[in-house]
Amino acid sequence: MQIINNMAAFWNSFDSEISGCDCLGDSHLRQAPGDSIASVPYISVTMAAKKENSDDEVDEKVKKYLRGEAANLEGVKDKKLKGQLAVREDLYGKSAKTAAKIEKWLLPSEGGYLEAEGIEKTWRIKQESIAREVDILSSRNQYDIVLPELGPYTLDFTSNGRYMAAAGRKGHLAIVDMKTLNLIKEIQVRETVRDVAYLHNELFFAAAQKKYPYIYNREGTELHCLKEHGPVLRLQFLKNHFLLASINKFGQLRYQDVTMGEMIGNFRTGLGRTDVMQVNPFNGVVALGHSSGTVTMWKPTSSVPLVKMLCHPGPVSSLAFHPNGHLMATSGRENKIKIWDLRKFEVIQTLPCHAKTLNFSQKGLLAAGTGSFIQILADFSGSQNYSSYMTHSMAKGYQVGKVLFRPYEDILGIGHSMGWSSILIPGSGEPNFDSWVANPFETSKQRREKEVHSLLDKLPPETIMLDPTKVGTVRVPQKKEKPTKKDVEAEMEAAIETAKDTEFKKKTKGRNKPSKRAKKRREMIDKAKRPFLEQQTQEHETSRKKQKTNPETEMPKSLQRFVRQKAT
Amino acid sequence: MKVKVISRSTDEFTRERSQDLQRVFRNFDPTLRSQEKAVEYVRALNAAKLDKIFARPFIGAMDGHRDSIKCMAKNPNYLKAIFSGSDDGDIRLWDMASRRTVCQFPGHQGAVQGLTVSTDGSILVSCGSDCTVRLWNVSDANLADSDNLSDNSAKPQAVYVWKNAFRAVDHQWDGDLFATAGAQVDIWNHNRSQPVNTFDWGSDTTISIRFNPGEPNILATSANDRSITLYDLRMSSPARKVIMRTKTNSIAWNPMEPMNFTAANEDCNCYSYDARKLEEAKCVHKDHVSAVMDIDFSPTGREFVTGSYDRTVRIFQYNGGHSREIYHTKRMQRVFCVKYSCDASYVISGSDDTNLRLWKAKASEQLGVVLPRERKKHEYLEAVKNRYKHLPEVKRIVRHRHLPKPVYKAANLRRTMIEAERRKEQRRKAHSAPGSIVTEPVRKRRIIKEVE
Repeated sequence: MQIINNMAAFWNSFDSEISGCDCLGDSHLRQAPGDSIASVPYISVTMAAKKENSDDEVDEKVKKYLRGEAANLEGVKDKKLKGQLAVREDLYGKSAKTAAKIEKWLLPSEGGYLEAEGIEKTWRIKQESIAREVDILSSRNQYDIVLPELGPYTLDFTSNGRYMAAAGRKGHLAIVDMKTLNLIKEIQVRETVRDVAYLHNELFFAAAQKKYPYIYNREGTELHCLKEHGPVLRLQFLKNHFLLASINKFGQLRYQDVTMGEMIGNFRTGLGRTDVMQVNPFNGVVALGHSSGTVTMWKPTSSVPLVKMLCHPGPVSSLAFHPNGHLMATSGRENKIKIWDLRKFEVIQTLPCHAKTLNFSQKGLLAAGTGSFIQILADFSGSQNYSSYMTHSMAKGYQVGKVLFRPYEDILGIGHSMGWSSILIPGSGEPNFDSWVANPFETSKQRREKEVHSLLDKLPPETIMLDPTKVGTVRVPQKKEKPTKKDVEAEMEAAIETAKDTEFKKKTKGRNKPSKRAKKRREMIDKAKRPFLEQQTQEHETSRKKQKTNPETEMPKSLQRFVRQKAT
Repeated sequence: MKVKVISRSTDEFTRERSQDLQRVFRNFDPTLRSQEKAVEYVRALNAAKLDKIFARPFIGAMDGHRDSIKCMAKNPNYLKAIFSGSDDGDIRLWDMASRRTVCQFPGHQGAVQGLTVSTDGSILVSCGSDCTVRLWNVSDANLADSDNLSDNSAKPQAVYVWKNAFRAVDHQWDGDLFATAGAQVDIWNHNRSQPVNTFDWGSDTTISIRFNPGEPNILATSANDRSITLYDLRMSSPARKVIMRTKTNSIAWNPMEPMNFTAANEDCNCYSYDARKLEEAKCVHKDHVSAVMDIDFSPTGREFVTGSYDRTVRIFQYNGGHSREIYHTKRMQRVFCVKYSCDASYVISGSDDTNLRLWKAKASEQLGVVLPRERKKHEYLEAVKNRYKHLPEVKRIVRHRHLPKPVYKAANLRRTMIEAERRKEQRRKAHSAPGSIVTEPVRKRRIIKEVE
């Protein structure tokens, strides 16, 4: 009893310290004196648990920076090479740990978030309430630009999110600086514009006009008319390869190198007219969604698609890729969104959601827009289980044409039939940019330097493949394993056994004679044996032919005339 | 509700004045960059090509001698200087930066066979076939004085005459003694006109001699009876000897791992040994097509340079089997001596055509002051090139070296001969009782025996 009282006194004194300290902050640490014994291990457990959590976090981050498994050095017999590789693996481990620590402590900005309190749900929160809570500069980014006469608008952002090109169907092309919301240039091309795409920086953009796509300067000067492409429906730019991919009215996919103007690939898809085209940023393959419900993936060096997958029972209405390259979202006319795992080509999740346009953000949020309603889906636990995060509905007459997240910002750009809008989606953008990858605060000198460096690093079109990590690995020579004689014989035996075991229909009316039954059984066994015997005779013939041709080629020239000429 | 949106203030992310540096922010997340391996591969390819474009290793030739150059010596205290001795008794001190003779040391009547400088840089010791050893005073003050002299020549501090012609000389790294090689190995002191000690093991002339950089009392010699002998001065008796199939022309100790030395052999290979374990070579360096005449280690201990009778100079890695680099010129004839400069950036070769040639150790290195960013860029390009140098496209560019036709043909011939020998050995093995024919490892093959 005395011990308990002493302990109670001790814990009381400790308790007052805890109430002053904010870091532990749990209300159930304030114990009544009687319960103090039970609380003794509790604090140490929570402290240990917190430390373990941070260790786990760092471990996970280290995994991300390791980019795969460490190499298995058991099979390496060369001791020198093994030593060198072990040293390198060690270095990789160290650099991954340093990168994880940098991510934890040294990054300047923190991401956005939206948390609902109490019974409030995040998808009921309206943009106006968000604008009220957020600072002035951010609330400026929420607006609607109404341009009703010039048709539905499509948008494109530069890779650093600073500039936006907007194109209205009736021929209105505009370039806007999104930092200062300045209109840099607008031109009217007086014909239908179906799509607009920025090239490698804000100086060049391509517009898919009525007959051909054109490339324009920032000043609005027409630089090139790409006649070979024909009437293009969608344009996509592959950044690492400097390739402009286009799909036209006749279903022809074209790749053009914009540095030298060379047409790299020209393929007839054979699956008809489609205007659903997206580039997978992870590996550079172009995916097309067709009216038969199939999604095909293409690379510029093959005229046959890499992958052909049946996604929807009806036409595919839109397609989007997650920046990590493993997830693809497709939507069809049956009002379902399917989330695919691209490593196994399997559906992970089906969502009952209308979607005429889809887009993934840098942080993995999925925006789906139909009619005048936009839904944002997010996977909260990182387990790729998407659920509704936010919604936004616009005025009735506004038909959403395209949704596009702005890189490095928590903003969603919407191109619709009455112009374009921009809304705030907290948590969608990557807060920390890398100046050498994409710099929203780029000066003109930095832009020029970056252009030169990216041209030096331009990848040849052969590097586009489904698994980009295969570059630099060893291609194992494929030896076709011939089944050994024993295996072949075993297979034959198995086939004969199954043939013997088949049960025949019992015939009636005097047709069920035992001799006839035995004959039928023998026929079945012969049928089972036949393919193996044919294979054997084929092999014999090829080996004989090989033996015959060899001595002929080895004969010296002077003796060739004595070789028996076989009449062919 | 709790809400936060990304908002960046322009001041934090841009510079205040135009004098400031631009701000750079890094995020190493792999998801921001796509196709990293392909980008690295393209950079490796470009780096290999740029390397070849900038590979201009020959800096200049130092002309002046009137006969072939047999020996060279480095002054450890004065980076720019090199001494060279030729077959007509002419010893010159060269300034490598201007590639001019600073001073001449006339005096030898016959060929100068060996040159060495004491570790404090004050005495130059030369020995020749006229049976004399001459000591010259070459401290910095003296050299500065001699710059002002009109005739550019110096007088010897001492001349010691002895019984037989000398073949090589080397100075102790940490002491006052130097050793000469000739009919026997003699140990001298600067101030004595007669050798302090004499070693004589075997009946043949000793043709090269080297003191160990780490242990000042150990020296290695090679003799005409195809042996390499290690002596210990404290024991005043020879320590060990290993007899090989062919004669060793020169030996060099690894300055960073003083227990290892590499021997340049007549059979076109260099053999690296551990001095404690002479029964087996540590590494066999094969690439020359004719006898290797001289060898010198880089002060980093990671590379060594060899000069051979086949008119080429090669640079090898200390643990590698094949050369990393080959230097040749139409005008360079048989290379008799090579030296690696003390800052590990240059290689000097002295050859039969009376010229000393200065080469860069790394052929595409940028000389002069390299800014930190340039250096980082070079290091990055080197690292990325090494990462992908096994892939066929990059390998083809990195490996490519132009060989003079006689060397190329000789190398092919050697390869066919070795291949033929190997095939015959394999067939002999295959057609005899298993275990009756034992293949000797390459490292042991050229050693006949080890003698205590």
